[in-house]
Amino acid sequence: MSFTRRSALAASAAAVATLGAAPLSRARAQANSIRIGVLNDMSGPYRDISGPYGVACTKQAVAEFGAQGFNVEVINADHQNKPDVGAGLARQWYDQGVDLILDVPTSSVGLAVAQVAAEKNKAYINTGSATSDLTGSQCKPTTIAWMYDTYMLAKSTGGAMVRTGGDSWFFITADYAFGHALERDTTGFVKAAGGEVKGAVRYPFPATSDFSSFLVQAQSSRAKVIGLANAGADTVNCIKQAAEFGITRRGTKLAALLMFLADVHALGLQTAQGLVLTESFYWDLSDRTRAFTRRVLPHLNGAYPNMASAANYSATLHFLKAVKDMGVAAAKVSGTAIVDRMKAIPCDDDAFGPGSIRVDGRKLCPSYLFEVKSPAESKAPYDYYKLLGTTPAGEAFRPLNEGGCSLVHA
Amino acid sequence: MSSDTTITAIPTGVVGKQAPGIWGFNGSQLIALLLMIAALGVAPFFLYPVFVMKLLCFALFACAFNLLIGYVGLLSFGHAAYFGMGGYVAGHAAKVWGMSPELAIVLGGLVGAGMGVVFGWIAIRRQGIYFAMITMALAQMIYFFCVQAPFTGGEDGIQAIPRGKLFGVVPLDSDMAMYWVTAVVFLIGFMMIHRIVHSPFGQVMKAIRENEPRATSLGYRTDDYKLVAFILSCGLAGVAGAVKSLVFGIATLTDVHFSMSGEVVLMTLVGGLGTIFGPLVGAAVVVGMQNYLAEAGAWVTVIQGVIFVACVLAFRRGIVGEIGNLFKVKL
Amino acid sequence: MLDAIEAFLGVPAPLLFGQLLLGLINGAFYAMLSLGLAVIFGLLNIINFTHGAQFMMGAFAAWMLLAWAGLGYWWALLLSPLIVGFTGVILEKLFISRLYKLDHLYGLLLTLGLGLIIEGVFRNEFGSSGLPYRIPDELQGAWDLGFMFMPIYRGWVVVAALFFCIATWLVIEKTRLGAYLRAATERAELVQAFGINVPRMITLTYGAGVALAAVAGVLAAPIYSVNPQMGSNLIIVVFAVVVIGGMGSILGSIITGFGLGIVEGLTKVYYPEASATVIFVIMAIVLLARPAGLFGRA
Repeated sequence: MSFTRRSALAASAAAVATLGAAPLSRARAQANSIRIGVLNDMSGPYRDISGPYGVACTKQAVAEFGAQGFNVEVINADHQNKPDVGAGLARQWYDQGVDLILDVPTSSVGLAVAQVAAEKNKAYINTGSATSDLTGSQCKPTTIAWMYDTYMLAKSTGGAMVRTGGDSWFFITADYAFGHALERDTTGFVKAAGGEVKGAVRYPFPATSDFSSFLVQAQSSRAKVIGLANAGADTVNCIKQAAEFGITRRGTKLAALLMFLADVHALGLQTAQGLVLTESFYWDLSDRTRAFTRRVLPHLNGAYPNMASAANYSATLHFLKAVKDMGVAAAKVSGTAIVDRMKAIPCDDDAFGPGSIRVDGRKLCPSYLFEVKSPAESKAPYDYYKLLGTTPAGEAFRPLNEGGCSLVHA
Repeated sequence: MSSDTTITAIPTGVVGKQAPGIWGFNGSQLIALLLMIAALGVAPFFLYPVFVMKLLCFALFACAFNLLIGYVGLLSFGHAAYFGMGGYVAGHAAKVWGMSPELAIVLGGLVGAGMGVVFGWIAIRRQGIYFAMITMALAQMIYFFCVQAPFTGGEDGIQAIPRGKLFGVVPLDSDMAMYWVTAVVFLIGFMMIHRIVHSPFGQVMKAIRENEPRATSLGYRTDDYKLVAFILSCGLAGVAGAVKSLVFGIATLTDVHFSMSGEVVLMTLVGGLGTIFGPLVGAAVVVGMQNYLAEAGAWVTVIQGVIFVACVLAFRRGIVGEIGNLFKVKL
Repeated sequence: MLDAIEAFLGVPAPLLFGQLLLGLINGAFYAMLSLGLAVIFGLLNIINFTHGAQFMMGAFAAWMLLAWAGLGYWWALLLSPLIVGFTGVILEKLFISRLYKLDHLYGLLLTLGLGLIIEGVFRNEFGSSGLPYRIPDELQGAWDLGFMFMPIYRGWVVVAALFFCIATWLVIEKTRLGAYLRAATERAELVQAFGINVPRMITLTYGAGVALAAVAGVLAAPIYSVNPQMGSNLIIVVFAVVVIGGMGSILGSIITGFGLGIVEGLTKVYYPEASATVIFVIMAIVLLARPAGLFGRA
């Protein structure tokens, strides 16, 4: 008797622990309400790129869209950069009536969530992953990729740099797929524009924090441009150490192939000045971007929007526009239908301006090549960039027939 | 040796008693086992099948880890290497070579065991903290390898791994079909570990944990025993990783990263080191927590750290160990 | 003659010397961090997994002193180790001291958890992309060595690291305090019986080891990205360094730290893809040949 009781207790403890993990129990959404789930990194290395700022920009879009006859609710979660956590949350959200999942940085999580969205026939807009596979070999009728990919970064930085005189390159490349893709694509554009590549060094990722050895190698190649095919803390370290070794002071240009406004802020202008990089959004680009920034700024806790968080704003507005266009009831039924409608109607918002979405799910927008200002040139907080060149929306991205997306022939 | 000074927290008196029962299960364990099997039978009807499968994969991983720390007293700080690599190889085999799921799972296990042979051979030369640091460093090498190797897809991972057809016949595309396969694999692994622990081999393992010099003086080649236990543990970790990659259809760097090695320690510690059911409970807590805390925002790592600290300072027996202690039963 | 050497080396000789120098500088960080670990391990018998987080705290403390109190680099070099060392003393008193009677592995797990907490709190407070910190004006600029520019600051890092390493070694090997420390490592009860307050000595030793990590953090702040995860990648390499050197050996950890920095530097020239793995490969080889490490007692 007592035996049974003890064991039952033990087992019920196990059962309670299991039940504690039951799917997030929220009331099912009403028929006349739209739910948007922002799934991103709130606690890891990509937090500052979007994280809480991406959530704030999404909410800003919802507030500006206003009451149009249906409710909009925004929820958010931290995928902790774990694909299984991300895919699991996506599955639960979609089952609980979430109509759109947004953001999702980290390529492995971004691609995993795309699969869940396609399986559940729900809308998915990725504004955070750099992989061009989202609109290429792994494209889905439910996926839209909003602001950038490795191809677009390579084309803008590689092509435009050569035209401004930076015609010989040396790459410092993070030795993994992302770094390889950046180096390969950029090499192509540098050569196409008549430049040459003098060499490349591939360093182990993410174990390297001292880049001086590679910078010295780059310098002794006498290349005019050092291309940094990496991201995040690696890029910041490269730039910091390049300044220390006086590389930029002696006329060599640094081209960061993936860098955000938050990274420049982390470096400080003294160190980052002269750096060249590509973004598809900058707050001080036009009256419209300034107006958007003025509106969203009170919600950002001192930071400024960059292309990732602004893309959340832009994508949410466009999604809501499409929902209104086809009616809430119809929008809730099929993710493919709502994504098709988003592709059919033109985009226009203050952050990214007029644009469109291609059949493979690629949102088209111009890409901008910026140079980081010197401390003397900077007049205001976050007054960091000057515009060097613009690649128009039609040319900025990989041509439709080169991506290998199955939707293109359909 | 008092229970406080050993890495496991089982009261020594209980360890010594060989309770009669079936397959080495004592009465209370047998009842808990039946309840667990019943829970496995009904769980997918109440919870997300994919979620339960994930839990079972981690539970098997934690059980394999527990085989080392709980019964041989070896703390491996690099178990993610075998788990993740099993997943990568099984995923690659299923996707690129078109291997059927059961073979992919076996292959994942063999890869884990094979790595265990090499790494174990290096690592068992040292004990305690040294062993932990060596396994960690070796696992870090595997992580770098996976970041660079083309077949892993770098930070994209291997995506869209097909679940295929079991024995070439039964399609596993539905979550329920996959669930039963996962549940059976888990049960086999679970029973196997239990059987090992209660075999004569397992008794020698425990003797090594309690007092290695004495075991040596009794004529046991302790290094051989440790190596075999290490290989078995790595092989089962590889199986768990292989099943996970089929369940989710993805194999990524997360599973070979150092933090995964830390998480499996956390699971086992929370559930109870050296208890049969502890790793299962611990896996449920940690996996559930990651799911729940996702909506709590930025505090996931901090809360994990707090649980680590709390477990070490306040309840070293873990959940199952504390319950067992309370009711004077061994679970 | 020089041509022959270059043909043998495969790269221009001056470039190689430059790279050796850079390797030595990285070795300075390995040496300082592994020294702190060795000091803590020697007396407390725990592997301090919080070490990476404490290295990071050192760098952040330098930033805070500048941003909040207007105190520059030199003040930071003095105050940051004291502040971070003091937090170490508190951690030891509150948590770590409860574990001395238990298996050492619990110390490892506890400090791992503490590291997670510290890193998470810093990320929530300061974000993930890092904070700016500049090289002090006195150390700006570079020497022209002919074949390359050597930033003055890098030279300073080597000098400072050598100073702290040698000072630590002297204190432990040549002073009365060091003698007590070494004695307590062997037979704590006996030292206690001589009227030495061993628990306090242990607490202060932990604080000192942590302070060494913080010094390394301050030295790193102007040249590495100051972000919450800056210590976590470094620390696993440092653990491998400690295993190679043999734990508990002060001089061993210093020599191994500098030596492996040079080896890593050479790898960056000849085969950069392997520069992260080379230390782990060496570790495996050393373990096969000398399980106790190069300088350890079996």
